Amino acid sequence: MKKHWRFVLYPLGLLPALWLLKQGIDGQLGADPVNVFERGLGLWAFRFLVLCLCVAPLYAKTGLNFLRYRRLLGLLAFFYASFHLVAYMGLDAGFNLSILLKDMTHRPFTILGMTAFTALLPLALTSNRWAMRWLKRGWKRLHLLVFPAALCAMVHFYLSFKTLNDMSAFYGALMLCCIMVRLPKWMKGIRKIIPYGRAI
Amino acid sequence: MSRYDYPRPAQDEITPRPLFLSRRQIMAGIGASAASALTRRVAEADTLKTHPGPYSAALTPTPRDDVRNYNNFYEFGMDKGDPAARSGEYHPFPWTLEISGLVQKPQQIDVAGLLRAADLEERLYRMRCVEAWSMVIPWNGLPLHQLLERAEPLPQARYVAFESIVRPSEMPGQRDDFSGITWPYREGLRLDEALHPLTFLAVGAYGESLPNANGAPLRLVVPWKYGFKGIKAIRRIRLVAEPPPTTWNQLAPQEYGFYANVNPQVDHPRWSQAQERVIGSHSLFGEKRQPTLMFNGYSEQVASLYQGMDLREDY
Repeated sequence: MKKHWRFVLYPLGLLPALWLLKQGIDGQLGADPVNVFERGLGLWAFRFLVLCLCVAPLYAKTGLNFLRYRRLLGLLAFFYASFHLVAYMGLDAGFNLSILLKDMTHRPFTILGMTAFTALLPLALTSNRWAMRWLKRGWKRLHLLVFPAALCAMVHFYLSFKTLNDMSAFYGALMLCCIMVRLPKWMKGIRKIIPYGRAI
Repeated sequence: MSRYDYPRPAQDEITPRPLFLSRRQIMAGIGASAASALTRRVAEADTLKTHPGPYSAALTPTPRDDVRNYNNFYEFGMDKGDPAARSGEYHPFPWTLEISGLVQKPQQIDVAGLLRAADLEERLYRMRCVEAWSMVIPWNGLPLHQLLERAEPLPQARYVAFESIVRPSEMPGQRDDFSGITWPYREGLRLDEALHPLTFLAVGAYGESLPNANGAPLRLVVPWKYGFKGIKAIRRIRLVAEPPPTTWNQLAPQEYGFYANVNPQVDHPRWSQAQERVIGSHSLFGEKRQPTLMFNGYSEQVASLYQGMDLREDY
C-alpha cells in the first residue's frame, strides 16, 4: 500500500508543470508566456527544494515524520529544475549556442543556476536503494551537496528579479531557515574533528 | 513617410461614450467631489484628435490589451499585471506639469489642456525593455522639444531631469515597498537627447488618452533607449547643468547606466541583450524572438549623438 502512494504522489507533484503547459498551449500565460512558464517552473523547483529541506528539521523538532516523502520532494525539485533548464535553453534562448555559452561562462546569475542544477544531478541519480548500497557511507556525504545547491538556487532566485521583492524575500527566508536550523548540529560535528583550543 | 495601419474596432463595436463614462464614474467612487469628477471625465476617457507624425516605421502594433496589461510601473507593484490591476484608485487629473530650473520662462502646463490640443501627433515606435522583450506602440502626444522650447532653456542647461509623482494614497507600490526605490522615480536625459525630434511626450496611445497603467497622464518615450528611461506620470521637468541622478542607475549602477541606449552588443550582467521576445503572440511555443537592433533601429537618427563615445563605458 505504501508503495502505491508514490504512483499517486509523483503525478500529483507534476500537476503544476502540466497546468503551466496547458495554460501555455491555450495562450493563457499572458503577454510574455515564455517568461511566465520559465519562472513558474523555477519557482516550483525552489518550492520542492525548500519542502525537502524542511523534512529533517521538522522531524527533529516536532516529531512530525515526513521522512518517507523526502526522496519524492527532492526528485520533484530536480525534475522541475530540469524543466526550468530546458525552458530556458530552448524557449527563452532559442538554443542559440553563443548566447547560452556566454550566459554559462560570464553571468553569475546563470552560473549559479547551473551550479545548483549540476549539484542536484548526482543526487537525483543516486536516489535509489542500489546506489545507497553501493556508496555506503559516501552516500550521506554526497547528499550534503543539497546545501550548496540550495544556497546557489537561493541567490539565483533572488537575482531573477530586478529588485528584492516579497516573493524572493519570503522564499529566501524559508531557505535560510532550513539551512540555519542545521548549523548547531554541523558545528558539533566540526568540533568533534577539531576540538576547542586547537582550531585556528 | 511610410503609412501604417493597425486593427481598430468597428464603429458598432465601440461602447457608446456616455455609457462608458457613466460606468467609469461609478467605479471612480462616491468620495470624489462633483467638480473633480467632471475634470476626470473630460480627460480620462478622451478619444484624442491626432494626425500621423514623422518617424513612424512600417511596423505591426502590439495588440492594445497587451500594452495595457503588461507593464513595469513599480508605483503600483512589481508584477507586470499590477499596474493594470492596482491603479484603480489613481486619479491623475487635474495635473500640472512644471518645467523649471535653468530656463528663461518657467512653465506650469495644464495637462488636460494638452490632451485637448488639436495638433497631437501619432507615432508608431518600437519599445525595447531592458528585460529583453519588445512591443510596437502607437503613441499620441507631442515632441518634447516643443514644450522645452516654450520654457527657453538657458545656455548653462546641459541635462534634463524628470520627476514622477508621489501619491502613496493612490499608488499601492509606494506604500508597501520592498524594492528599495526612493520615490519619486527619476530619470534624465542629456539636453541634446531631450531636444531630439524622436523624443516624445505621450499623453495617449492607440488614439486614446493614456490608461493609468501606461503612465497617465503623460509620459516620456525615448524609442532608442531601454523602456525604463520612459518615465511615467511626469510631474516635474527641470533643466540642470550636471547629470541628474536616475532611479535604476542609483539602485544598480553596474546594471543600468545613465544612457541606457538599446545596444545588442552590450549585455546586461545577468542576460544577453542580443535578442528580444516579441510581446503579443500569446503562444508558448510560437513566441517570436528577433535580433535586437542597435539603438532599437533608430541608428540613422541618433547614432551621431554618441559619436566618439565608448558605448561599453557609457552604457
